[in-house]
Amino acid sequence: MARALPWAGLVLLALVPLSGIGNYPLHLVISCLLWAYVYTSWSIMGRLGLVSFGHGAFLGIGAYAAVMLWNHWGVSPWLGAVAAIAVSALVALAIGFPCFRFKIVGHYFALVTLALSEVTRLVIVALRDQTGGSLGATPNTALAQGNTWSLGALQFSEKVVWFYIILVVWLGGLWVWARIDRSMTRLALEAISQEEDAAASVGINVTKTKLFVTVVSAVMTSLGGVLYAQYQLYINPETVSGIGISLQMVFGVIAGGMYVMLGPTVGAVFTLLLAEGLRLALGEHFKQFPALDLAIYGLLLVLFIIYLPKGILGAALDAWKNRDVPQFSEK
Amino acid sequence: MDVFDIFLLEAVLNGILLGGLLALLSLGLNLIFGVIDVVWICYAELIMIGMYAVYMLHVQLGWPLLAAMAAGVGIVAVLGALLHQFIIRPVLAAEPINQLLVTGGVLFFLQAAATLAFGIEFRNLGVRMAPVAIGEMSFSAPRIIAFAVAVAGVAATYLFLTRTYVGTAIRAISQDRQIMPLMGADPDRLFVITSAIGGALAGLAACLLVLQYDIHPAIGLSFGPITFLICVLGGLGNLVGGLVAAFIFAQFISVGGFFFHIEWGYVLAFVFFIAVMFWRPQGILGGK
Repeated sequence: MARALPWAGLVLLALVPLSGIGNYPLHLVISCLLWAYVYTSWSIMGRLGLVSFGHGAFLGIGAYAAVMLWNHWGVSPWLGAVAAIAVSALVALAIGFPCFRFKIVGHYFALVTLALSEVTRLVIVALRDQTGGSLGATPNTALAQGNTWSLGALQFSEKVVWFYIILVVWLGGLWVWARIDRSMTRLALEAISQEEDAAASVGINVTKTKLFVTVVSAVMTSLGGVLYAQYQLYINPETVSGIGISLQMVFGVIAGGMYVMLGPTVGAVFTLLLAEGLRLALGEHFKQFPALDLAIYGLLLVLFIIYLPKGILGAALDAWKNRDVPQFSEK
Repeated sequence: MDVFDIFLLEAVLNGILLGGLLALLSLGLNLIFGVIDVVWICYAELIMIGMYAVYMLHVQLGWPLLAAMAAGVGIVAVLGALLHQFIIRPVLAAEPINQLLVTGGVLFFLQAAATLAFGIEFRNLGVRMAPVAIGEMSFSAPRIIAFAVAVAGVAATYLFLTRTYVGTAIRAISQDRQIMPLMGADPDRLFVITSAIGGALAGLAACLLVLQYDIHPAIGLSFGPITFLICVLGGLGNLVGGLVAAFIFAQFISVGGFFFHIEWGYVLAFVFFIAVMFWRPQGILGGK
């Protein structure tokens, strides 16, 4: 029974577009799934003690690689995605190898990766003749003359198509998460995150193990960037790279729960529902309070980290596990 | 060729002026890390609040500029103490990364609070000062003032830490958190004082920045990263290292911006930072 529950949930989720909900609610569901995928990608390394403040770099590389190749040379975003994956894997290796080799961990790792995401943002802005700079960029449309889709250009005007594409990608992300969760790599990395030298002394190749999850996480994030660009059809350096989006990923995961599979997904849903809930609650007045959702979000994050460090889902699962355990007294 | 050289010299001198300001920017953050062992990711947002405070008191309430600035320093100092008392203290015993993250939540909150209170328009004090010309070179007056005040601020902090009783206690507790309480130093009180000083330094930096730049809610994001990187480059918590790093960074930005475009100056500075991290992860002056 308990095993059937996730499958039933998945079937229900897959039926969402057929239930006749409007375009806007469907857009919200797609956004939730897309960010859930990106947050899951981040958490693959984050949960193992590699807290990166630089994933905006990989998201930005993905988004801009696909759009620039398409706009300037007409290269299909499918090939663009391959290029994005290759570039982000190289960047992850270039930044990861020295970091892990020289044991840059904790604060220092977070701040080095933060520098990386700023470099990416600044390079995109500085190449304004090619990228459009801070004004952003739009992929050239391939949907002339009433076409609703173009597989080669990865452009679809029907939201339903995007729903299923991103649903599959999100499931893929969860699958990778689960694969790593059940692998020796996770055990090795948990040992590393607790005591690096002790882990090395029992024969774990610390640098190689860390590099592996870093590259996996970076490549997945950059794929998220490609999809974001193709779905939104608009990107700009602030929304896909730099410190803002990098921190948003970290905090989405923290809010949902870093150590459980669906934690990042809950974080993504929570973040979007918060903004949408306020929009509904305030109705007409919403425009008068331009950043209220962000203010509440910031406040909640502080409270979460102080009182609920395992995140929403992590805390909920703990409560569920402890529900019927008989309490023995000490005596 | 002659003209070229004089402009290069101007860029170098401007870099030195910028270096003084960056040194002050990073000093408070560095002090807090050195003593309390916590990185305030929201440090640049405290500076933004200070800028808005000066703007509001001077432009909207009509206070004299110097009074508004003094009040601005005070407000941010109080904010720093409150931040420590209510947000850092509960997580002092938690994992280091949680301390980094909790101030990230504060970052979002302050940024949003500023947007709610002041909107996203760019605002400025409307103070105009004539540029100072030396030979064929010209320098902006606010930059020269900022440099002078920043150097004075750094010197005052140094004197406070070395010549006063409280300053000595702060330095002692940064070296050994376990032993000092046995010697009668109260870490809670010293941490709050240190946070207030860090806040006051942020407030002072705000007064200098507000003379040069427009204020908007996201301004913290534009100079926050560079402030962290300066501290890390100098060796987190190493005050002298931070000063050296500030001047190195300023030269990259100023001279790099002179040869290429200003963003490339920043890119060079960041790439330099990453390269140095691999060479000396503990910072240029940090000990092993």
